[in-house]
This record gives sequence, structure tokens and C-alpha cells, in this order.
Amino acid sequence: MSTKSEIPEDLKYAKSHEWARIEADGTVTVGISDHAQKALGDLVYVELPEIGQELEVGAECAVVESVKAASDVFSPANGKVIKINEALVDEPELVNKSPYRDGWLFKMQPDKDDSGLNELFSAAKYQVILDNED
Amino acid sequence: MSKKTPLYAKHLQANAKMVDFHGWLMPLHYGSQLTEHHQVRRDAGVFDVSHMTVLDLSGQRAREFLRYLLANDVAKLKEAGQALYSCMLNERGKVLDDLIVYQQTETQFRMVCNAATRDKVSNWIKKQAKNFGVRIQDSLHYAMLAIQGPTARDKTLPCLPPELQSAALGLKPFHSCWSEQWFVARTGYTGEDGFEVILPVPQAQSFWDNLLLAGIKPIGLAARDTLRLEAGMRLYGTDLDENHSPLESGLEWTVAWTPPNREFIGRDALEEQRQRREHSIMVGLILNDKRGVLRGHQTVYLENREEGQITSGTFSPTLGMSIGLARVPPEVHEQVTVAIRNKQLTAKVVKPPFVRHGKACIDIEPA
Repeated sequence: MSTKSEIPEDLKYAKSHEWARIEADGTVTVGISDHAQKALGDLVYVELPEIGQELEVGAECAVVESVKAASDVFSPANGKVIKINEALVDEPELVNKSPYRDGWLFKMQPDKDDSGLNELFSAAKYQVILDNED
Repeated sequence: MSKKTPLYAKHLQANAKMVDFHGWLMPLHYGSQLTEHHQVRRDAGVFDVSHMTVLDLSGQRAREFLRYLLANDVAKLKEAGQALYSCMLNERGKVLDDLIVYQQTETQFRMVCNAATRDKVSNWIKKQAKNFGVRIQDSLHYAMLAIQGPTARDKTLPCLPPELQSAALGLKPFHSCWSEQWFVARTGYTGEDGFEVILPVPQAQSFWDNLLLAGIKPIGLAARDTLRLEAGMRLYGTDLDENHSPLESGLEWTVAWTPPNREFIGRDALEEQRQRREHSIMVGLILNDKRGVLRGHQTVYLENREEGQITSGTFSPTLGMSIGLARVPPEVHEQVTVAIRNKQLTAKVVKPPFVRHGKACIDIEPA
């Protein structure tokens, strides 16, 4: 795409293009980056994890499918799913329209020790990763 | 190095995402594949199809040659300008390409073939034509645009050269008209009404600009694929190939068996296959299940036996569910199971097309 991808400063990013927002209460909201949604194109289907499901950092935990192709989403942390974005079942396009707000995928409670969150990249580092991909 | 069509700069201007498509740099989309898809179903869109192969055949025996070369019979073409869809087969009865042939005069025919098969097909035809004294011109000096959608013809007409406008207005479906350098056909690959226009390269950019000014939007290859699949049209290299005959690809209707004494390349092999009736067939599938999308190469199961394969699959923007084409054994099926990731999902067997002229052609039960 010719338009530059948005990369909010307050989020953490995985190399596989997920973002994580560490909330004030210690929970983590997860989604896919603006770059990822642009690369996929119009989403038509989102498969979310189940509430209570234990996630392992780097393991497949959701699927986002566009008209073009399906793509796995990898967990950015170790922990447990506490909430999923039900709105995406009927409106998967929210991920395209608002990847960092209305298009979030799920919330998780990260493990107390060894959550893996420290391994995620800052916005600036994620930008470098994207620059090197192009 | 990928080839560029005469409209390359125009695609960049329209913010296209460009991709390599069989050696050509082509627009995949201009922002949203879905929006472009709906634009064609509801209004009008223009596709740059200048990568397609345009072959001009001429000679006293041109008609006789085409009756030998093609599985459909150009004897069906009764008047100047008429068009015919056909497969071109090898001696084994398998599909080398699918194409549209337009009769211009008794001794002159224009063929539009696929981009991916350009060299193979043009060499094959030249080899077969030797004994017929038919001249074949593979012209790269043209641009080709397809303008498709319910308002496509109305919006395109004023953009055509004045001397062609009344002829183009009067065109029946699957007919064409032309001037010295322009060629206009009422054909397409979307299931909508519209034109396909072949024109000289120097005029391509201004024609494109005029179409956009007329309110026609540029459409990329991604939407072209969802539109053609909704229309039940085969894509060469995906649904059709050199390993399968037209009978195995749901295209028996394009094979002219009569007159029985017409010899065409592949006929003997095809007759034999037709008599045995053991060959696989192609069916349409709909998946009314939000948990997945049919995709090419997924395995199709019948009563838990691995039985076939999806050749093309996508999410249908018009129907709001997944559709596909699959090659399966010749028994009659009502439904099949498709393996999608770790799930076995049930798909209903239907007869394509799925969508024509903006409307669903199949019964869809609510999910």
C-alpha cells in the first residue's frame, strides 16, 4: 500500500504483527496492526479463542480471514483469555476500519511471572521491522 | 522484469497495489477489493486487461482451420461480429486454453486468449495453422479494457469514437463491432452486462481518463476473481488445465459434438472419455457457515472418503458467504464435507452460476 501504516506509541508489537495494550488493571488487549490488516485486505471472518483458554506466547490463538486469504494470529503473551470481541463475528470489517480500537480481538490476563510481554517491541522498533520488510 | 501495460501510470495514479501476474505488473486493488466488487455489481467498473493475448487470424481457410482447432464450432457464427466461447484442446482432449473467438469477416477472426498461456498458445496455433495457410498476428500494439456493470454500457458509449457509438449501442450480447482501429464487444468475465474494448495504445490513457470522468471506477484483479467466480466462470490454470478435459471441468456445453464428422483436435480422446462416463465432474459449492472460507486445494470428502478438490474458492461479497468450484467423482451429490483447518464443514452442491446481473441464482437457506 502506498499509504503509511499507523503505529500508536502506547502499544507493544510482535514481529508477527499483533499489538498488545497493557491496561491499567494489568490485563492485556490484543489485536492485529494496521499494517497487518492492510496486507490482508477486507476481512470476512474472524475465529477467536475461547474464554478461559490458556495461551502460550507465539502460539496460534486466532484466525483472521480476508476475501484473499486466511492468516493465523499468534499470542503476544502467556496467559488466559478473559474476554473476546463478539462484535467481530458479524462485523469482521471492524478490524479493517479500526484495528487499534473497535477491531480488538481478545483480552487476556497475562501470567504473573514469565508473561513474555517484555519481549514485545516498542512502536519505534516495530516501525524499523516494517521498513525492513518493504 | 515484469511487463507493464499502457495504463501502468494510470494505476499508480489511482493508488493501485501492483502485483506480478504471469509476468505482467497488474493492479490487485485500488484500496478495497470488496468495494470494487460491489461497484461492478451495482454500477460500473473498468478493468485493464491489456495483458490478455489478442490474436488475429486471416486467410481463405481461416474458418476451416478454427473448426479444426477449437472444441466449439465456429460454424455456429452466422453473422459478422458474432462471438463464441471455446476451449482449445491438445490431442489428449485436455484444455490448452479457453478463449473467445469473434468472427469479423468470412476470412478474418479475432481471438482473445489468456495472458498466462501467451507463448504456449501462440506457438501451438502457429504450428497447427501451417497446413491451412492461415496468417496469425499476435499483436502487442493494443490496449484492452473491460467495462462491466449494470450502467457500464450507458456510461461507456459517449467515451467511444463517434463513428462507433451507434453500432456499439445496438450490439446484442456476445456480438462485436469495430472501426479501423477500435474493437468493441458486448462480452465480459463478471456476469454483468458491459463491453470489452480493444484499442490502439496511444489512445488508451485518454480513454481510461474519460471512463473515470464518466463515473466508472477502476477495478483490480482481486475483484475480477471474486466476480468471475460468482458468475461461475472458469479461470485457466486454476479450474482448467492440461490435465483435465472440458468434461472434467463442467464445460461439456462448450463442446460441439455435432456434426459428428467434424474433426477437431482432441475429439477422439474426448469421445472415448464421454462414452465411458467415468470422468470426474465440476460442481459449485456454497458454504453457509461463518467458520471458514472455501479455498483452492482444500480436500472434498464424500462419506468420509477423500474424493475431490476445490479448484477455486472465495468469500462471495454478493451472497455474503463462501462459494467455490470443486472437481469430484461423477455420482450425484447433494452435499459434501470440506476440510478447513481443523474442521469438517458441510457445503451444499449447487449448479453455477452463483450470481448473474447482480442477483443470486441459487437458493440460499439462512445460516
